[in-house]
Amino acid sequence: MNADGAGLLTAENVTKVFGGLVAVEDVTFSVPERGIVSIIGPNGAGKTTFFNMLTGLYRPTYGRIRFDGRNVTGRRPDLIMKDGMARTFQNIRLFGTMTALENVMVGQNARMRAGLFGSIFRVPRVRREERSVEEKARETLAYVGIAESQFEQMSINLSYGDQRRLEIARALASDPKLLLLDEPTAGMNPQESAALTDFMRKVRDERGLTILLIEHDMQVIMEVSEHITVLDHGQKIAEGTPEEVRTNERVVEAYLGKQGEKEAEAGAARREGTT
Amino acid sequence: MTKTAPALRRPGMKTDTRTLAVLGAALVVTLWMADQIEMDLFMAFVLWVLIAIRVVLHENRVALIGTLVALAIWAIVLPFFQDSGGGFIEDATQALALTVMALGLNIIVGFAGLLDLGYVAFYALGALTTGWFMSGFFAGAGGGEGFSLLVGEPASNLPGVHFNFLMVLLIAVVVTTIAGMLIGLPTLRLRGDYIAIVTLAFGEIVGRLVINGDTIHLFGEQLTNGRQGITPIDKIDLPFLEPFSGLELRPWYWVALALVGVTLFVNYRLRDSRLGRAWIALREDEVAAASMGVPLVKTKLLAYGTGAAFGGMAGVFLGSYLNTVNADQFQFSFSIFILAMVILGGLGSIEGVMLGAIVLSFINYNLIPDVFNDYPSKVGLDFDLSELSFGIFGFLLVIMMVLRPEGLIPERRRKIELTEGVGAGDTAFGGGETIQEVRA
Repeated sequence: MNADGAGLLTAENVTKVFGGLVAVEDVTFSVPERGIVSIIGPNGAGKTTFFNMLTGLYRPTYGRIRFDGRNVTGRRPDLIMKDGMARTFQNIRLFGTMTALENVMVGQNARMRAGLFGSIFRVPRVRREERSVEEKARETLAYVGIAESQFEQMSINLSYGDQRRLEIARALASDPKLLLLDEPTAGMNPQESAALTDFMRKVRDERGLTILLIEHDMQVIMEVSEHITVLDHGQKIAEGTPEEVRTNERVVEAYLGKQGEKEAEAGAARREGTT
Repeated sequence: MTKTAPALRRPGMKTDTRTLAVLGAALVVTLWMADQIEMDLFMAFVLWVLIAIRVVLHENRVALIGTLVALAIWAIVLPFFQDSGGGFIEDATQALALTVMALGLNIIVGFAGLLDLGYVAFYALGALTTGWFMSGFFAGAGGGEGFSLLVGEPASNLPGVHFNFLMVLLIAVVVTTIAGMLIGLPTLRLRGDYIAIVTLAFGEIVGRLVINGDTIHLFGEQLTNGRQGITPIDKIDLPFLEPFSGLELRPWYWVALALVGVTLFVNYRLRDSRLGRAWIALREDEVAAASMGVPLVKTKLLAYGTGAAFGGMAGVFLGSYLNTVNADQFQFSFSIFILAMVILGGLGSIEGVMLGAIVLSFINYNLIPDVFNDYPSKVGLDFDLSELSFGIFGFLLVIMMVLRPEGLIPERRRKIELTEGVGAGDTAFGGGETIQEVRA
């Protein structure tokens, strides 16, 4: 917990309006330090928009975002990254024609100091920095479980699973305090998802990170999250522990619809009748 | 024909029939071309040998470094085999100066992926700096007696402002770097095609300013001499050396070669640095780059600034070398000419761009006007080939795009992009999500 008693990251009344569309409406929530917190919600609920506001890609229409005791509302994305918030993307956004190693080295850009002239004349300080950045990139790649034979591969040529892992490595390389994962298990099979779940806990415990994730895979969410926030149509409709959320009526309604809920029950009854 | 003789197969050597045939054809073409453009045949043959070694031993590091060193030495001693006042040295010097420009543009377009169609602006600014500080243009300077700094006879006794070449070079680098950043500013919120339009407009603005500069007065002095041009310009005057002359072209060649050397050094160093990686990340995916801690504004402005500086450097040299700074040099077509070098050689590839620049300048300044110019009349057509030069470039580019879209010597990244169908930019990894507003 920080000095002000709030979490590592807090959002107060955050709202985003695109033209006439209210994508995120008046969302207030906070992420405690070293917690693993999930945001869930049906497609189009505004989860990714919310992420984009946290990381500075969008400026909130209203509201305030505080991170690590500092107001970061509308701050530039690269500076927010420098403050210690790193993210991955829903659709993998690697630098396709850079090698895995180079991708992770770019991830450390904010931690580097080499300037134009230092780079041209490659002064000893820059040389040392280059070496340590590469060293760290190798370490991080190994940490997320990418084989050494893949380090020099163009990231576009990596397997899907490795690309997902590489994105996490790229984010981790900057030593963030908060890691934002946007649907990290999308496209993964159950074993891979389970491995990622373990990995998230490992990262949190070993590196003292806080993790905020958007996820659709209920099994992953229920297993890994300590706290869940549910968005629907841009509004926060529920929050609490996995158990609380699972039994929350509004959440079930948002996912299945009022009518859908009855039909689901009816369907279950019918199946029981026929077998 | 299809099977390579087993005896020729050696590990790490490329000796298949196709490679040998291409090398053989290259020898014939090299010697014929060398003859046509009045290049020394022995030197042309040596060049072919170096390239052949490089191609055959393409995996051998020692051979790679050896041929690179040999190529550098070859380039340095080349003038001794040529007539010092001859056409070949004249064109080669020009080609080297344009190589500096192409390498500068390559930083902006090739590394950072910012399509700049107004690169001529930096050539103009560099050349104008020379016009102002190395000629009699400011006739009133120093009370009509001239003002000179670190230059020898005869420039020091003439009216006007006469600075040392190296100082002017430095001034031009500073001026064009600032200009590059200023021109970059309004493009910061734009992408792709829109950047191209804005830079094109800036190129035109600078071009117009030079044309109409004779009617624009600042502090009682006109800005340029318009179409009439500022001439004569001081010859390069380096410490410990005789002032250069217009008849003895070897020193000019070496100065141009040195400029290329500096440019190459900076290009390689920057490419393999934090900044170089940031540029490529930016080119690949701006949103991801920003989210990974790459400051977009600073990184883009540095690309514009450093790229522009080389345009300015080449401008200073060409101003002095061509002995005139006039408005007709700074047309839109020149920007396209330089851009064509970058694309023909291979966007982002330093070696490729260098080759593209040398090939296109020889085509433009030698082959078309001197060698092939009267060919149409030989077959009974009533025009000179030089009237068609841009048509020929266009044709070459079309052929390149069909046969080898990645350029003569492709950068390994571009090659992958084109062969695997990865588009640089937002759609690279499936574009379900569109970021509607990315803040710079």
